[in-house]
Formats: sequence, C-alpha cells, structure tokens
Amino acid sequence: MHEMGIAAQVVEIAEASIPEDIQNAKVECVNLNIGRLAAVVPESLRFCFNIMIENTRLAGAELHISEIPVQALCKDCRHEWIIDAPVFTCPQCDSGALEILSGRELDISSIEIAD
Amino acid sequence: MEIKVVRKVLDVNSTMAEQNRKLFAEKGVFVLNVMSSPGAGKTETLIKTLARIMPDIKSAVIVGDICTSHDADRLSQSGAPVVQINTEPFGGDCHLAAHVIEKAALSLDLDATDLLIVENVGNLVCPAEFDIGEDSRIVVLSIPEGEDKPAKYPLMFRECDATLLNKTDLLPHLDYDLEAALKYIRQVHPDMPVFQISARTEQGFEPWIEWLRNLIDKKTGR
Repeated sequence: MHEMGIAAQVVEIAEASIPEDIQNAKVECVNLNIGRLAAVVPESLRFCFNIMIENTRLAGAELHISEIPVQALCKDCRHEWIIDAPVFTCPQCDSGALEILSGRELDISSIEIAD
Repeated sequence: MEIKVVRKVLDVNSTMAEQNRKLFAEKGVFVLNVMSSPGAGKTETLIKTLARIMPDIKSAVIVGDICTSHDADRLSQSGAPVVQINTEPFGGDCHLAAHVIEKAALSLDLDATDLLIVENVGNLVCPAEFDIGEDSRIVVLSIPEGEDKPAKYPLMFRECDATLLNKTDLLPHLDYDLEAALKYIRQVHPDMPVFQISARTEQGFEPWIEWLRNLIDKKTGR
C-alpha cells in the first residue's frame, strides 16, 4: 500500500549512487532484493517506479526485482529450510525457536550504467 | 557497468527510529506500538487499559488515523495527553513512520511519561514494516475477523510480541473456532503470549495488564 513512498526512496538512493564523474551516464537498471516477508507487492512497486523516474536521471531505467525466499534456521536442531507457507515451526523437531535468516529484505543491491 | 549500492530502502526510517529509541531511553519512556485491522477494538482496549494503570503509570497516547479525531476524543477522556496524527484527509498513509512519531512525541512532556502508547493506523500489512523506535509491539485481533488472519498476515504476527484476542464476549453468538485461531497464531509465532480479552466487559484483562506492567517496570525501573 505504501509502494509509492518506497519507489520514491528507491529513486532517491539510486540517483545518489551515480558516481560523481559520470553524472550524465544513462542508468539502465536498478537491482532490488525484496524478501517474501516484506510488505511490498513487486508489481505495484514497478508501476510506481516507472511513474517516479519520469524527468529524473533514472528515466528509462528498468527495475529488476529479485524475490528472496524466507530462510529459517531452527535454534534447537540447527535444521535449515525455506518457509513457503505461513508455518513457522521446524519440520524436523517441531520447535518454534527459529532464526529468520532471510526474507525481510528491502534492499537496493546495485545500479547498472550504460558503458 | 554495475555499481554496487547495497542500501536498505527504508534506511531513512530506520535511522529515525533509532533516534527515537535513543530519545525514549534517555527519557525513560516505555513505548508500545499497538496495531490491528480497522475495527478490531484498539481504542476501546486502550481506554480500558488506561483506566486500570493510570495514574500509577503516567501514560500518553499518539493516535494515527487517516482521517477524523474520533479516537483521540475518546482516548482524551482517560485523562492522558493525546496527540492525534491524521496521515492525510482523504485516503492517506497506511502506517505511521518514525519521523511522524518523533514530531508527535516531542510535543508531549516525555519527562512526565512512563508509558507512551502509539495506536497505529488500522491495517494488518504496512505498519508491521515500519520501525518507529518502540520497545514492544502488540496486535489486537478480534473474533469477528475470523480465525485465519495470522496465516494471511504472517509478518504482523511474526513482528508482534503479544496478541490480544479481543471481543471474546461474542463467542457464544458466533460459529467461531477458537482452537483453530490459536493454532494459526502458534503456527506463525509459536511462543507468543495470547491474551483472550473483551474490551467491552473487561473479561481477561488481568493477565494482559500484568504483562504490560512488567515490561514498563523493567524499562523505566519504576
């Protein structure tokens, strides 16, 4: 629901990441990692991103989104697995003491600039 | 040419949330972020909670709504200072962000506050994503919403430290499977405390109030 605000942040961070010496460079792509637990809908974010980049130095850039699975580690039996359904108990020992290793990401990993 | 960036998109919010956390620590204020879907009974639960803990625990409330000051008006009757935040008059923000909380908190006398309650915008999705510098988060889930909300909104129930299962006074009148609801909560967050309450009748309030008091005392050293 707040994808427009997130798109604005993405644009701001990406623009600030263009190196000083090549400010006129064309940004072709912004790479984003989004965890499956993050409250973000990739399609909505892409829609908002395309609106936000008009008349910025990112105009024409594509947004590449990598979805990061929810990876869990059982603190009791050290079993590691990927959570696909909203069940946060260990499938091996039934423990609920989990560490969520990934799945909360909402990170810009890189930008790609035309050579 | 690829240029590595590696930055969190919500960096600005996280930084502001950490500033808030520092401010609240300095002032010895325990901050509780209360979330739920619209109509789950956050306001009524808080009114009844404040009546039980004030004036012993000096409390203040920040209440977020897209529109109207109805909740703030109701909460003001408790005698606690209340700051209303309207995110946008016609369909605004779906959550309270850290910078909004900072502004509201600074308008309160934090030196004279033990407990700051933030009643978030009614929404089970977005508020779970935004750190506001709180010490603890709770979610109010009401019986009429159905049993499976924790499975549908797992992030919210993962992020919260306790669930208040509200409107239990309606149980005799509805085909509600309480065991199924508790099972869904446990699946998403196995060791989370669940307090079954009715904000209307105040049934089941004692364990919830005791849990809250313990957390406040621990932080403020009262």
